[in-house]
Amino acid sequence: MNPGTDTTEVEDLESFRSRLRSWLKENMPPEDPDHHGPRGASLSDEEELADVQRNRDLQRLLFDGGFAGITYPKEYGGQGLTNAHQQVFNEEIVGYQYPERIQVPTFQPCATVILEFGTHEQKLAHIPAILKGEEIWMQFLSEPSGGSDVAGALTTAVRDGDEWVVNGNKIWTSGAWWSDWALCLARTNWDVPKHRGLTVFMMKIHQPGIEVRRIEMLNGRREFCEEFITDVRIPDSDRIGDVDDGWTVGTRWMFYEKSFNVSYMLTRPAGVDRFGGASGPSLLDLARSSGRLDDPVVRELVGEGHALELVNKAAGRRIGDGISSGAMSSHAAGLVKVLNGTTSTRLSNIKWELAGPSAAAWTDDDKELGEIGTEYLVRQSGHIGGGTTEMSRNTVSERLMGMPRERNADRDIAFRDVPRGPKK
Amino acid sequence: MELRLTSDQELFAESTRKFMEDKCSVTDLRALRDDPDGFVPDVWRQGAELGWTSLLVSEEDGGGSFSGAPVKDAALLAYEFGRQAAAGPFLPANLVGAALSRWGTDEQKAEVLSGLLDGSVVASWAWAEPRPHDRLGEVALTATPADGGYRLSGAKSPVEAGGQSSHLLVTARTPGGLTNFLVPRDSSGVSVTPMKGLDLTRRWARIDFDGVTVPASAVVGEVDGAEPNVEELLQLALVLQSAEVTGAMSRCLEITVEWAFNRYTFGRPLASYQALKHRFADMRSWLEAGEAIADEAADRVQEQSPRAGEYVSAAKAFLGVYGPELAHDCVQMHGGIGTTYELDLHLYLRRVILGNRLYGTVSEHRQRLTNILEQRETTHA
Repeated sequence: MNPGTDTTEVEDLESFRSRLRSWLKENMPPEDPDHHGPRGASLSDEEELADVQRNRDLQRLLFDGGFAGITYPKEYGGQGLTNAHQQVFNEEIVGYQYPERIQVPTFQPCATVILEFGTHEQKLAHIPAILKGEEIWMQFLSEPSGGSDVAGALTTAVRDGDEWVVNGNKIWTSGAWWSDWALCLARTNWDVPKHRGLTVFMMKIHQPGIEVRRIEMLNGRREFCEEFITDVRIPDSDRIGDVDDGWTVGTRWMFYEKSFNVSYMLTRPAGVDRFGGASGPSLLDLARSSGRLDDPVVRELVGEGHALELVNKAAGRRIGDGISSGAMSSHAAGLVKVLNGTTSTRLSNIKWELAGPSAAAWTDDDKELGEIGTEYLVRQSGHIGGGTTEMSRNTVSERLMGMPRERNADRDIAFRDVPRGPKK
Repeated sequence: MELRLTSDQELFAESTRKFMEDKCSVTDLRALRDDPDGFVPDVWRQGAELGWTSLLVSEEDGGGSFSGAPVKDAALLAYEFGRQAAAGPFLPANLVGAALSRWGTDEQKAEVLSGLLDGSVVASWAWAEPRPHDRLGEVALTATPADGGYRLSGAKSPVEAGGQSSHLLVTARTPGGLTNFLVPRDSSGVSVTPMKGLDLTRRWARIDFDGVTVPASAVVGEVDGAEPNVEELLQLALVLQSAEVTGAMSRCLEITVEWAFNRYTFGRPLASYQALKHRFADMRSWLEAGEAIADEAADRVQEQSPRAGEYVSAAKAFLGVYGPELAHDCVQMHGGIGTTYELDLHLYLRRVILGNRLYGTVSEHRQRLTNILEQRETTHA
């Protein structure tokens, strides 16, 4: 589904490209090596907040220039253009700064979920604000009680007149401490099987009753957060989709989450071969910094890594095109997850190898190599973030290839009766 | 294979598939196991009528593609060859056809091209060399100027369909560089030693050149200037090889998925075990990624992109690892029967692992990628 394709008159690609090109040249600041993106070089809190503001300003700049939300409907502040126009944008934005932090999860999955399931009023209230850089969104999805079993959410919303009272605990929101709104999956019925008692809400993050705690990761970063939600009241008008039908929304939500890197509902600058964008030293630079580039084994590793980056990119493009053209089922997004996970861990191993002993102990002179070691501590992130690779392997084998489903002990019984630990 | 084909490509793939199922069935392939040529000449000629030998030859020279994108069409055909593990000198005929059409003289075209196109003649590119010169791109065979022509000395191996070819396109070292020569196989001083090989129907030969004299008119392209031509032929070979390997991979997986649904153990299908399902998911991801990079490499070669060499090596570096991984994992999923000659799976396993060895090893293409990255740095600097 592409909400942008329902327009009547569409500007042709070449005129769009030349208009965009001259606008970018005049208005957009060029790429700056100091901005390695949100997950780049560790920033102080102050620097990070400044960088978030830079992202908001860039988004506003795009909005004012008429280039925000290329594929988003005009009535909600978008440009009402096609995927092909977004692709042109992806190509032309190369070499310029762009609001990298606002792409995931704000545009996708949050804005895409609102566009698919929100009411006209809800879209009016939030989509233009998102396109102006005024609202940065997060996903209140995972909970400490269960990572992959998202539908097993314990966070509960109880109806009280025109409002809902929410209590619970969410986790793995990256950047919630500087974000504005969240999509929240909550349980609204404990007396039906787990998938049939969920509802999705929109929730302001910074309000009384929500405590945001930052989590320190193994690499020292503190981007992930955990939220404690206590008696937070939400108007019923901020409910997305029907009561207890949250899994219909949730299924699409997770599809969007898994397929952001093949989507045209956000910006992905073209021509960046490097896995995970252009941050940090290239494999070649890394081998050179560690003084090992003349070693044939190292040269082979550099080539292996580069091949994997090209392959991963080609696969993302193929599967993305396959899904959006209907040639592939949406479950093929699970393939992208599996490939991203295996590519990222292999690249992590290669970098670790290329960096030599300085990745274990380093001085200020070679902290670039030290950073490789620090990142190697969280090598598995690529297999965990956004749903584990094991879950995607289930999706691929069961949904895409039609193999029999795993037996679950939580089907067809009231959620309150589902075992949540060993029998005491 | 491409997700979206033009209707002409669709028709071509479909007619080829039907023809192969009919004329290159598993029974036919098994019957060719001990055949010295490894293919039935009449079937090859019929294949040529379907377009198997003409795709990379220009229309002026009597060839032609279906979609206007000859490299893409040829890759599509290679994919079908892999899916059927089909017999026939597909790669040699198409590479020499491309070379003569691009750089051959009218005389050379008249001598070889029409026979290549109608399938009555086979010709092969003699590029790789035997030990100790068997590293990617090494050429030690010399062509020394003599009596207005050249004298060729050295050896080539493995030459696909070398024993079945009437002509060889020989890449030789001349005083100032590399030069390609079109050499009749029955020239005096050429000796052919048939080799044993992994594939049921592909035939290989070592060819020795013992002071073989050829006239100056045997030169294909420029004297001392064949290096870019060799790179072009290597790129074409890798595009076809990658497409063929992905075709064979897809067939391996297809056979094995079917097996997993039908084979019951402990009262349930293999496909119901999570330990196996996860491996199927991985295999499916390798196949999809392999097809993606094979298609992209074909695109880059088709459009003569400056990055074509990089993409074909990336395809090789990936498929050379994950092709054999997938094929052997398919054997594992079958258990004991998977290691027998009786099960058809090995027909495709052979095609997949063959692709891993020829036109450069995985290790060589990884290092080539690093060389390419370095060169790009210096040209940009």
